[in-house]
Amino acid sequence: MTTGSRTPWRQPLALVGAAFVVLWVLVAVLAPVLAPYGPLDQIADKLLEPSAQHLFGTDQLGRDVLSRVIYGAQVSLPLAFLLVALSAVIGSVVGAVAGFFGGWVDGTLMRLADLVFAFPGIILAMAVAAALGPELRNAVLAVVVVSWPSYARLVRGLVMSARNSEYVAAGRLLGSSSVRTMIVDLRPNVAGPVLVMAALDVGNAVLLLSGLSFLGLGAQPPMAEWGSMVVSGMDYFDLWWLWLYPGLSILTVVLAFNFVGDTLRDALDPRTARAIRG
Amino acid sequence: MSVLLEATGVAVEYHRQGAAPLRAVDHADLTLARGEILGLVGESGCGKSTLGRAVVGLQRTAAGEIRFDGRPVAPLGLRRRPAGMRGLQMVFQDPYASLNPRRLVGDQVGDGYLLGGTTKAEARRRAGELLERVGLPADAVRRYPHEFSGGQRQRIAIARTLAAEPSCIIADEPISALDASAQASVANLLVELVRELDMGMVFISHDLSVVRQIADRTAVMYLGRVVEVGPTRQVWSEPAHPYTKALISAVPRADGGGVLPVELPGDVPDPSRPPGGCRFHPRCPVALPSCAENDPPLTILRDGRSAACVLAK
Amino acid sequence: MTVGTLLEVEDLTVWLATRNGPRKAVDGLSFRVDAGEVFGIAGESGSGKTMTAMALLGLLPHAARTGGRAVFEGRDLLAMRPRELRDVRGRSIAMVSQDPSTSLHPMLSIETQVTEHMRHHLGIGRSEARGRAVELLSTVRIPDPERALKAHPAQFSGGMRQRIAIAVALACEPRLLLADEPTTALDVTVQAGILRLLDRLRRERDLAVVVITHDLGVMSAVADRICVMYGGRTAEIGPRETVLTHPRHPYTRGLLDALPHPEGGAATLRPIPGSPPSLGGVPEGCPFHPRCAFAVDSCRAERPDPAPVGSGHRVACPPDPLGGTA
Ligand SMILES: Nc1ncnc2c1ncn2[C@@H]1O[C@H](COP(=O)(O)OP(=O)(O)OP(=O)(O)O)[C@@H](O)[C@H]1O
Ligand SMILES: Nc1ncnc2c1ncn2[C@@H]1O[C@H](COP(=O)(O)OP(=O)(O)O)[C@@H](O)[C@H]1O
Ligand code: SF4
Ligand code: SF4
Ligand SMILES: [Mg+2]
Ligand SMILES: [Mg+2]
Repeated sequence: MTTGSRTPWRQPLALVGAAFVVLWVLVAVLAPVLAPYGPLDQIADKLLEPSAQHLFGTDQLGRDVLSRVIYGAQVSLPLAFLLVALSAVIGSVVGAVAGFFGGWVDGTLMRLADLVFAFPGIILAMAVAAALGPELRNAVLAVVVVSWPSYARLVRGLVMSARNSEYVAAGRLLGSSSVRTMIVDLRPNVAGPVLVMAALDVGNAVLLLSGLSFLGLGAQPPMAEWGSMVVSGMDYFDLWWLWLYPGLSILTVVLAFNFVGDTLRDALDPRTARAIRG
Repeated sequence: MSVLLEATGVAVEYHRQGAAPLRAVDHADLTLARGEILGLVGESGCGKSTLGRAVVGLQRTAAGEIRFDGRPVAPLGLRRRPAGMRGLQMVFQDPYASLNPRRLVGDQVGDGYLLGGTTKAEARRRAGELLERVGLPADAVRRYPHEFSGGQRQRIAIARTLAAEPSCIIADEPISALDASAQASVANLLVELVRELDMGMVFISHDLSVVRQIADRTAVMYLGRVVEVGPTRQVWSEPAHPYTKALISAVPRADGGGVLPVELPGDVPDPSRPPGGCRFHPRCPVALPSCAENDPPLTILRDGRSAACVLAK
Repeated sequence: MTVGTLLEVEDLTVWLATRNGPRKAVDGLSFRVDAGEVFGIAGESGSGKTMTAMALLGLLPHAARTGGRAVFEGRDLLAMRPRELRDVRGRSIAMVSQDPSTSLHPMLSIETQVTEHMRHHLGIGRSEARGRAVELLSTVRIPDPERALKAHPAQFSGGMRQRIAIAVALACEPRLLLADEPTTALDVTVQAGILRLLDRLRRERDLAVVVITHDLGVMSAVADRICVMYGGRTAEIGPRETVLTHPRHPYTRGLLDALPHPEGGAATLRPIPGSPPSLGGVPEGCPFHPRCAFAVDSCRAERPDPAPVGSGHRVACPPDPLGGTA
């Protein structure tokens, strides 16, 4: 009863989401064990239909699609996590500093954030790809550059409203320094929403990275990356197993993180955490 | 009695974009002794909260001086408050806004101890004791503010200030947001604590009857200024300032008599454009022609009373 | 019905939908209001005062149900179709709520708000409505009414806004005004003005007013008769002076004792122990028994109904522990 944070997980969608997140993380970690073949091994005839031997069939180079999908989790998930973590940390720090100090500090940082935010992500990624070469790492960089401002805005707003709150005033009167106030009093109010945004963002990041690969700006063949697998599969539209399985992987990851994010939102708010249980 | 808190000629200005600064408090004076409860009353917007916040250092002053325990109170900056100032605490009006919704009650109450240099475990333990002292179950430490009613939250907020071992509490409308029965019990708690711990308290309220019941002295504010101060009993029985008189006769009594309270016509003037002369003259029922010209200062009368009116003797 | 009775409420019950099913917010309330009378409903927050008013106006929250009767000028308000009710609400019964900033539309001019209902319900023209609006505003003592008509609510102080809200409520010359905590948000000085205004309106216009407030001082100033509610039920009902000077219900006594003493004196206040029940948490038997110093066994078992103890004075407390005290 103290936190109630466990109870919202009883809702079916939340359970399904959490199950899929766990599943995919396990798949990524255990890929070498789970995958029947290596991701790049050309072990069979080309374009075989799914069969007992090759559950998801084989692709145009005779590679096992199931193995590639499994290894794909090793590419997409860590990158998505990294990307989100970087954006969240950079954005939170910038937002917290802007919100807490206000004045010209706030003005400068937020103008910068607006500037970057106004830039379409895909275009920036194209520019980065043009400048540094079309590589997955560069795509990540480009996405981080455009995605931190959302965190900065979120955190700035939260910090600003909390900073003027009476409980922060009360803490200051008790002798809390402004830095301690920021950590002790503001952190719990900021951490939850940031975590929720991040959870929702992991799904988006997977989608965005796949999208960039789809456009040829991210992962390059022969890498087993879901987005690029979908693209090359699209060339053989009739051979559904080529694009359907990587596509489904993207879909389930995106949905799973969205469900988890929504549930976290409720679970982290002490007020709704209890209401959900009733 | 020794003077605990002294504010002289305090002015506070709010700066608004594209408008002249608004002087919410203009040359207000207050003194508070140890063991004393000073009631601060006045109409909404007259500057009670602003003065209260300025006194503890939450609001920068434009003029005047505030001394607590002989030392000047500096406005809070980015640094931590000097240890000597921890004795000066504030209880806020809205117990929903003054507690962090996402921190455990025990952590918030224990903060005062923790910042005073005790260990975490010790702070937690003593927080439990304080919560019991203010009439809450000991297991309140492990709960969140939203699990408590308004009255209970206000007790939590009071407990939090006690952890700093204050000698002076500024209570800004601490019971206005509460239900009638909770009002009485929270007011009682505050009075009890002041007496027991020999603190001083400024009790800000727009409810005159509560102030009359609990305050040793009463200060009446009008449009940013203290216009009358004195021992509560005398201020009520023979108010020296016409505004005090008007305030008192506007309070309806629950005596079943069917007596309509007396109306004070007119509205509180806009504090950004206070009237010249005596600030009360446009509404004053006994104003003299000279009142439109001369602004009477707060003048000492007798028996520890002061008033700012030419007619006050 | 007595001659001059305007509203007769009998056994009014309001069920509100909660997560645990319907719960009674008002439970078997009966009272009558005469023309030109100020009737007061008092009680702590959550006692069902607002829900009573909302039931009479047909403005209950979604999925609420009502029982009993509320006969206003010969017709049962609770049995009316929404259209009829809307008509009655605009014309014969008006409402003033606690917060004048929510009852007035911030973007519309005062003129629009005062004349809108007049033109709709009374079918009068623009210039006639305007003339009446000026009259109304001066009735509620708004200085320079002509200019006030052009202004917007934000340009007035809280007290002035509440006066304007009353003017809007009076626009169609209602017979009954329901005022829910009309002065709670206001300063005492301003409150005094509003109370005087209500009193004048009832004398000059024969307007019946139901004043809902938790402030017994306000009750004492304006009400002719008072109903004290607790847990959705009537604890005590009777003439103002009787109820406030010789209360027979321990709850009324407790409310009065909790007030600061008018002559100062006693150093502390005397709160009623415990807190009022929440919706659905009203205990068996007498709803007040967990907090009552006089409770006996029967109080826990039987739910008392208000029974007459004197002329026009009914009390829901069979043990009557205060009966002997004068
Ligand atoms: N942050 C602010 N910015 C600008 N003006 C302000 C601000 N806070 C208060 N004021 C103005 O300062 C004046 C005094 O306000 P203050 O809150 O001190 O009044 P108060 O006496 O505490 O009133 P209440 O009884 O309503 O709490 C008012 O005119 C108010 O509108
Ligand atoms: N919209 C609503 N939905 C559910 N319960 C409500 C609603 N409004 C009020 N209540 C509950 O109904 C009871 C009576 O409320 P109300 O009539 O507003 O009390 P009062 O006006 O006396 O303070 C309370 O327990 C309150 O919590
Ligand atoms: S100085 Fe004049 S206007 Fe001011 S309060 Fe006294 S009599 Fe009234
Ligand atoms: S009925 Fe019993 S419990 Fe209820 S008020 Fe009377 S004495 Fe108290
Ligand atoms: Mg205030
Ligand atoms: Mg109400």
